[in-house]
Amino acid sequence: MSGPGNEWLDEDAGPLVRSYALTRGRARPRTRGEGFEMIAIIATVATPAASSPEIGPEHLAIVDLCVRPHSVAEVSARLGLPLVVVRVLLGDLLAHRLIAVRRPQQQSPTVTEHLLREVLHGLEAL
Amino acid sequence: MDSRRSDADPAAMPLAVKILVAGGFGVGKTTFVGAVSEIKPLQTEEVLTEQSVGVDDISGVDRKTTTTVAMDFGRITIRDGLILYLFGTPGQDRFWFMWDELSHGALGAVVLADTRRLADCFPAVDYFESRGLPFVVGVNCFDDGYDYETDEIREALDLNDRTPVIMCDARSRNSTKSVLTSLVKHLIAVNGEDRSAQPAAGRI
Repeated sequence: MSGPGNEWLDEDAGPLVRSYALTRGRARPRTRGEGFEMIAIIATVATPAASSPEIGPEHLAIVDLCVRPHSVAEVSARLGLPLVVVRVLLGDLLAHRLIAVRRPQQQSPTVTEHLLREVLHGLEAL
Repeated sequence: MDSRRSDADPAAMPLAVKILVAGGFGVGKTTFVGAVSEIKPLQTEEVLTEQSVGVDDISGVDRKTTTTVAMDFGRITIRDGLILYLFGTPGQDRFWFMWDELSHGALGAVVLADTRRLADCFPAVDYFESRGLPFVVGVNCFDDGYDYETDEIREALDLNDRTPVIMCDARSRNSTKSVLTSLVKHLIAVNGEDRSAQPAAGRI
C-alpha cells in the first residue's frame, strides 16, 4: 500500500486524481490578479447558453450553486472539491464572465471601525 | 454563448469577514464554531505540494508529494449583505503556511485553551502575537479540567494585561456568543488605539 509508486492507491486516490484532471493539470486560475480568497463571495451573473468544451459539469455545478451567492470556501465545501481546484474552475468562469466576485474589504482603520460595530451589533442580536 | 446575463454589481453582493478559532488539537474548535454557526460546520480542504509544505514531518513517508489540510468553518449572517465566517485553524503546527492564508484579512482570533493541556495553545498565541492579529483567549471549561483563575491563565500564557481571557463552554451558544462579542469589543478598542496613534506618529 505504501510502497514506492503505490502511494496513490489509498482511499483518497480517486478524488485526488480526479481533481487534477478537472483542472486539466492547472494549479492556478487563469485570471491574473484574482486570487479568489476563501471569503470572497461568488455570484452567478449568467448561465452558459450552449455547452462549451471549456465548461464542464463541475463548472456548471458552481454556476448553479452561486445563483445564491456563496463564498469560495463554501463552494469548495458544498462541491467537495479542494480549494486549489475550485480556484481554477472559478478562474475559468470569471474568464467567461459567468460569475461576479466580491472581494473582502481592504482594511483601513475607519472602515474597520464601522464594520466591527456592525459585527458587534449583529452578534449581540443573535 | 452566454444568455440570461443579470446585473453584476459586486457592491450589491454580500460582504464577508472572518474570525479565526485556533487552539490545540481536540480543544473544541469545531464544537465552538458549530455552537454559534447558523449552518452545520462545513469542511474545506487545501491540497498542498511538498514545496508549499516546507518543513514538514513526513520525512518518513516515501515519495509523498501532496498533503491535504482540512479546515472547518461556520457562518453567521450579521445582517443582510454582511456575513461573518468562523474558521477553525488546522491543529497541527506543520500547517503554518495555511494559517497565513487564513489570517490574511481576518478581523481577529479566538484562541481556545484547555486547562489540562494549556501548553497546546502556546503556538497559536505566539503566532497571533507575531502577526499582530488581536485575539482573546477562551478557556474551554471541561468538566475534569483544572480550576484556574483567569489571572493564572494570563500569567501562564504570558499575555499582556489587555488581552481578554474568558471562561467558556464551547458547546454553549450563549457562551460562544459572549466570547465572540468580547473579541469584537477588544478589536474595536485596539482599532481605536491604532487610529489615535497614527496622527501622532505622523507629526514626528
